[in-house]
Amino acid sequence: MRSNVPSDAVDVSDVQGLVRFGFGHLTEACYLLLRIRDAASARAWLTAALPLVSTAVKLPQKPSTAMQVAFTVSGLRAIGVGDEVVSGFSAEFVSGMAGDQSRSRRLGDIGANAPDGWEWGGPGSEPDVLVILLADVGMLEDWRRQVESGSFHDGFETLACLPTSNLHNNEPFGFRDGISQPDIDWPRQRTPGTTELTYTNIVALGEFLLGYPNEYGKYTDRPLLDPLEEYADYLLSAEDDPSRKDLCRNGTYLVIRQLEQDVRGFWRFADQAAKSDPKERLRLAEAMVGREIGGDPLAPLNPSAIPGVDYVPGAPSNCFTYDQDPEATRCPFGAHLRRANPRNVDLPGRPAWFLSRWLRMLGWGIKSFRDDALASTRFHRILRRGREYGPGLGIEDALRQEPANDPKRGLNFVCLNANISRGFEFVQGAWLMSTTFNGLNDENDPVLGNAAAAGDCPYTGNFSIPRVGAPPQVLAGMQQVVTVRGGAYFFLPSLSALRYFCRRPTQTR
Amino acid sequence: MVAPIEPSKLGALRNLLLSMNSRPGEADPHNTLVPFGEFETLHFARFVILDDQTTADYEAYGLPKPFYPLSLAFMGDFDGDYDAFVQALCQHAGAGLRRIFSHCAGYDPNADLARWLREREHRPSTYFFDWRGRTVRQLLEEKELHLALASYLRQNPELATRPALEVRDRLRQFVDKELAEGRIRLTPESTTPLAWRVRNTMHLILVPLALLLATPLLLIYAPFYFFQLRRRENSDPEIVPRPNQDHVTKLAALEDHNVTNQFSAMGGLKPGLFRRLTGVFVLWIINYSTRHVFVRGRLARVLTIHSASWTFIDGGKRLFFASNYDGNLESYMDDFVNKVAFGLNVTFSNGLGYPKTRWLILDGAKNEQAFRYYIRRHELPTQVWYNAQAGLTNANLERNGRIRKGIDARAMTEEEARALVALL
Repeated sequence: MRSNVPSDAVDVSDVQGLVRFGFGHLTEACYLLLRIRDAASARAWLTAALPLVSTAVKLPQKPSTAMQVAFTVSGLRAIGVGDEVVSGFSAEFVSGMAGDQSRSRRLGDIGANAPDGWEWGGPGSEPDVLVILLADVGMLEDWRRQVESGSFHDGFETLACLPTSNLHNNEPFGFRDGISQPDIDWPRQRTPGTTELTYTNIVALGEFLLGYPNEYGKYTDRPLLDPLEEYADYLLSAEDDPSRKDLCRNGTYLVIRQLEQDVRGFWRFADQAAKSDPKERLRLAEAMVGREIGGDPLAPLNPSAIPGVDYVPGAPSNCFTYDQDPEATRCPFGAHLRRANPRNVDLPGRPAWFLSRWLRMLGWGIKSFRDDALASTRFHRILRRGREYGPGLGIEDALRQEPANDPKRGLNFVCLNANISRGFEFVQGAWLMSTTFNGLNDENDPVLGNAAAAGDCPYTGNFSIPRVGAPPQVLAGMQQVVTVRGGAYFFLPSLSALRYFCRRPTQTR
Repeated sequence: MVAPIEPSKLGALRNLLLSMNSRPGEADPHNTLVPFGEFETLHFARFVILDDQTTADYEAYGLPKPFYPLSLAFMGDFDGDYDAFVQALCQHAGAGLRRIFSHCAGYDPNADLARWLREREHRPSTYFFDWRGRTVRQLLEEKELHLALASYLRQNPELATRPALEVRDRLRQFVDKELAEGRIRLTPESTTPLAWRVRNTMHLILVPLALLLATPLLLIYAPFYFFQLRRRENSDPEIVPRPNQDHVTKLAALEDHNVTNQFSAMGGLKPGLFRRLTGVFVLWIINYSTRHVFVRGRLARVLTIHSASWTFIDGGKRLFFASNYDGNLESYMDDFVNKVAFGLNVTFSNGLGYPKTRWLILDGAKNEQAFRYYIRRHELPTQVWYNAQAGLTNANLERNGRIRKGIDARAMTEEEARALVALL
């Protein structure tokens, strides 16, 4: 049942801007990974820096700088949030991305991806705080100096500063990126039904912002505080329980992973598989990704418009589902795009009548092991906010002998979701890294995959491309071309929660 | 089979069970106690210590926390009949089983093992098996067939451009050769025993007949039933705290070492006869569907379950659920919530503390987070788990079966041949 609470408009001035904007016009950026050295100084810095934190308010003039602040679980503890409150955050967040071997196994963080080998975020190098700095061309250094002033250096030790580069909307392999994003229902007009039969790109606000109903019409579990607690009046009330204060309202979880991309390895593999035929090489690479290199989808466009997908003149179309490609002869079942967002609905076949719907729910009409094998997409959407690092590299250059001191390239993957388990971890574990995805086997994601053996299924290094009237083309011996170099789960608080953190007395006091 | 454990021997039993594993929670098929791999009719097996963490939930009804001795459950999914399997088990693993059961209360080393097991047998009220009649031998042979054909195609890439019927002919010739040279085997399906078929047909007819005869009574009772049901649904307490993190960590450590996972869970039924009888009736109906309808690779919309069983224990006061499924727990739970919530509701809502349902099938699991907490909290670590078809998902098994059928078929259209070739 939906909770009967008024759907008040969201106070976007309380939400950090990254939830609403990608800040694409700010082409310079870096991610500061910090350890809290001294809580009092850290709080003093945060108090002074609060006005610099960008909000989700649309400004008449685009800003020339932006800053965002997020905390890991150790960061919350270090800044003085009590254990009782901390334990109310989601279990994944409390445990951390690298905090549990079983999680690492599920996420594919084994072998070369294992947290033991991470540059940051692994055992002993978990950050407390993430500060994201964004700026116009040439302004980042000044901006960083300005932010790192006052008691910053007394409060924090810098573990790492992840640089970014501007590859003009392409990711390092050369593909157009960031085309598909969920359309967040800011006006709170969407009331998802139990069984949605139409694919929509509009997603309930509660999937990306805590404190609001999600796609199930429920409020995601989070810590609610006694209003009588010290400084709790800095916080907003919980919509679903107005007698409690909601530390997480207008906040969300931020997942970051540093993904190093072996651009040369990717193109060399495609080149070998294509016997150095440039057209075939491109076709194979595009099949792995699921898009043309310029960004157009391999799957045929949808005959009708998709709610929440805007037509942007001159930009690659995002108006497609896989309904028009059931045999996957256009876009392979295992292509990265098709794994990451299968664009399906709650009940395939979309039976309109009550009886046919119930028969369908009882499993009638399933003809093969691939009919209805997928989880419904709308419960597993993430908002991507990542940025590339390292210099660009064209295909031809990638195939040449690599120079000495070849710079590292990759993606600082960032995504936002209100439920890490149902969002990032599901997409990563049950879809991308899964060898059982959609009736496939012997393969996981052709781009992000670790090509690692999965239990008694030792041949994960395949990629199959279905063909019309012929056995699928199978690329064997896929190499791992993306390696995880670091990662962590952060909480991206609201502005009011940040103010509360500034006031929070340390536990030792 | 369920037997209470002698409390003083619990630690020793845990260690003994641990010694059977080669990976966390996964049995070594050749372990010396119960060499599961030697039983060629055995699909899955498990030992679970029924250590229910939720018995105090009865206090929500103002009832005292009931006492149940810790028990050991041993279960298997096998081809053929019970007696034959137990006999084979006692013959080949008698000593090991005796050693395990010597940790159980009232175990008599001189007792006849088969009889001892039979006396403690608990048949599931509902049992689902993904593909009735597909034996371990058959699925392992079909796996080899698929591997052989796939590698043949890899070695003969020129076939990719040939008409599908021609490809099929070549594949058939290849299979004939391999069969003749004994490199692969395709044992013809053994006939189902007549007695079993008669029993099954009787069941097929008698259950609806009994229901039909009882219809007038059921119709008269229905309004009262639903009145009672709704009253209870409105007042029954929901007990869905977040599961203890240590418990979850222990469970997760046993998962995702393979493409298939095990799941064991238990809980007490809500107090009173109403819920007990509802549970019995509902499971009886569902068992009819799993015996006659859902016999071809799917349980309603879920295609990833190999087997699932609902078993009453402790005189019907508690329910034990066990299953084997493909993929990770997150996707399994996702199927529960988004594909078969009504099925979960109708069976588990008679369990203590289950998320609130309406009319037995609505809501419940749709309260996604509460449901996940409920399930995880009631889940039990499976100490020993054996899977004869490791590495094979339901999708793989069905594909392999289709390939064999396509190879066996006498004649075929070009289109059918194309579908066959696309499977390889």
